[in-house]
Amino acid sequence: MIWNESKECMSRDEMMHLQSTRLVKQVKNVYHSVEHYRKKMQAVGLEPGDIRGIEDIDKLPFTTKDDLRDTYPCGLFAVPRSEVVRIHASSGTTGKATVVGYTRRDIENWEECVARILTMANIGSSDTVQVSYGYGLFTGGLGAHYGAEFLGATVVPLSTGNTKKQLTMMRDLGVTAICCTPSYLMYLAEAIEEQGILNDLVLKSAICGAEPWTENMRREIERRLHIDAHDIYGLSEVMGPGVAGDCKFHTGLHINEDHFFAEIVSPETLQGIPDGETGELVFTTLTKEALPLIRYRTKDLTSITHEKCECGRTTARLSRFKGRSDDMLIIRGVNVFPSQVEAALLDMSEVSPNYLMIVDRVDNLDTLEVQVEVDERFFSDEIKELENLTKKITHVLQQALLIVPKVKLVEPRTLQRSEGKAVRVIDKRKLV
Amino acid sequence: MRMNQISVFIENKEGNLLTVSKILKDNNIDIRTLSLADTSEYGMLRMIVSDEELAKKVLKEAGFPVSITPVIAVRTNNKVGYMHDLLEKIPAEIANIEYMYTLPSDEGSVLILKVANPDKVEEALGN
Ligand SMILES: [Zn+2]
Repeated sequence: MIWNESKECMSRDEMMHLQSTRLVKQVKNVYHSVEHYRKKMQAVGLEPGDIRGIEDIDKLPFTTKDDLRDTYPCGLFAVPRSEVVRIHASSGTTGKATVVGYTRRDIENWEECVARILTMANIGSSDTVQVSYGYGLFTGGLGAHYGAEFLGATVVPLSTGNTKKQLTMMRDLGVTAICCTPSYLMYLAEAIEEQGILNDLVLKSAICGAEPWTENMRREIERRLHIDAHDIYGLSEVMGPGVAGDCKFHTGLHINEDHFFAEIVSPETLQGIPDGETGELVFTTLTKEALPLIRYRTKDLTSITHEKCECGRTTARLSRFKGRSDDMLIIRGVNVFPSQVEAALLDMSEVSPNYLMIVDRVDNLDTLEVQVEVDERFFSDEIKELENLTKKITHVLQQALLIVPKVKLVEPRTLQRSEGKAVRVIDKRKLV
Repeated sequence: MRMNQISVFIENKEGNLLTVSKILKDNNIDIRTLSLADTSEYGMLRMIVSDEELAKKVLKEAGFPVSITPVIAVRTNNKVGYMHDLLEKIPAEIANIEYMYTLPSDEGSVLILKVANPDKVEEALGN
């Protein structure tokens, strides 16, 4: 089923026309309402009238996380506080939180976007949806919650934690769909197996997002829980979950393009690149009222296709995310992302996904050492077994990274952690 | 005879072995014998201790990967050729010895063997 055929199945011409109209209006709006945007446009000699359609979008300056930081907390808001009905925030890696706001219209559009993506996952008004994302400042919980309610589904707002209660509710209330992070669903799957209650459940779909996961992980979840697992994408700056999601064909994430215009640019040159090629995802919010973003650099790396999907939707699709541009390392000329290491390790059951990459330059040659924590459950006292494990990890990483790393097994919990967030990369080359 | 050996994964970092020995001492655990196998990056410390369950608990708490492995203990007579006489008794098809070391005692050494097929090996040795 398709939630909003008039928007999701528009012809490309109609969509471009709609996007053009909305962009022209949005640019006028931010120029007059947000000093920061006006100054940035003036700095490049741009007036609102210069943007006549979506084809002019690349004349506009980019917006980055720094712009949000510099105007903390609400300097990019385009409406008076009286029109803001909700605030969310995401914790920044460098201290200050990123604060985002929504008008009543923004919340309605958000609900609509989430409802479309839940529909893609075959969820309807007769379903019971368990929301196991965190509720609060994080956009996941409330975003999924109101979208599911808007759809007419029965919502069970469990938030995160208390696995026992999660499973009891899932079974007793006949939950048919769950929204949570993929890693939490893996954890729940283990608990379900341990308790042997899979046959008591009527779960049929999962909508997972908020962290990177692999196609293998998606299939693993489907196999273990006998469900259909879907990907939902979003970032709080742009809206929250519901910016894009995948349909039953799992051939990319359909973008809610009438609300969000997506561009893929080269992270180095910032020039647009063709469909199918990997680059940085850039979003312009076409309808956001409280916090409009113009060409916001997400730092997420992916590619885009504008081909019509088998499901009948015509909206552009994003391929599975390949990492983040700010994490990119160039080792022996090859682009390497920590997320690739993480994904490869997540796919191996014998090790914990805790790792540390040490990049160095020895005799003018880049070296990559990957330290991996031995998982206690698979610890063998035979050196032969540990050597086999090292070889296996090396092979898996080589397949993923296209360079051969040196793999070192380390004791569990020895890898550095700072403020709960693990240090994943040490690049010694920068010190030279 | 079957014995429980405790194996500890130790990274080759300064003071790591000292940490293990201190933990055992502080918990009044006696090391009856040990063997340390090492590679360039990590070592495997295998020990027969007075209380392997307690050793496992305290070392695990300190973050070391630990496992308890059943091994075969065979008393020897300290005569020339004892090792050959013993190994000869094990039929070739089950003689897959992963590693071995000795446990000294007043009445001659005890050989500690880790094999893939402990039941069959014990049967062959008439142990
Ligand atoms: Zn589709």
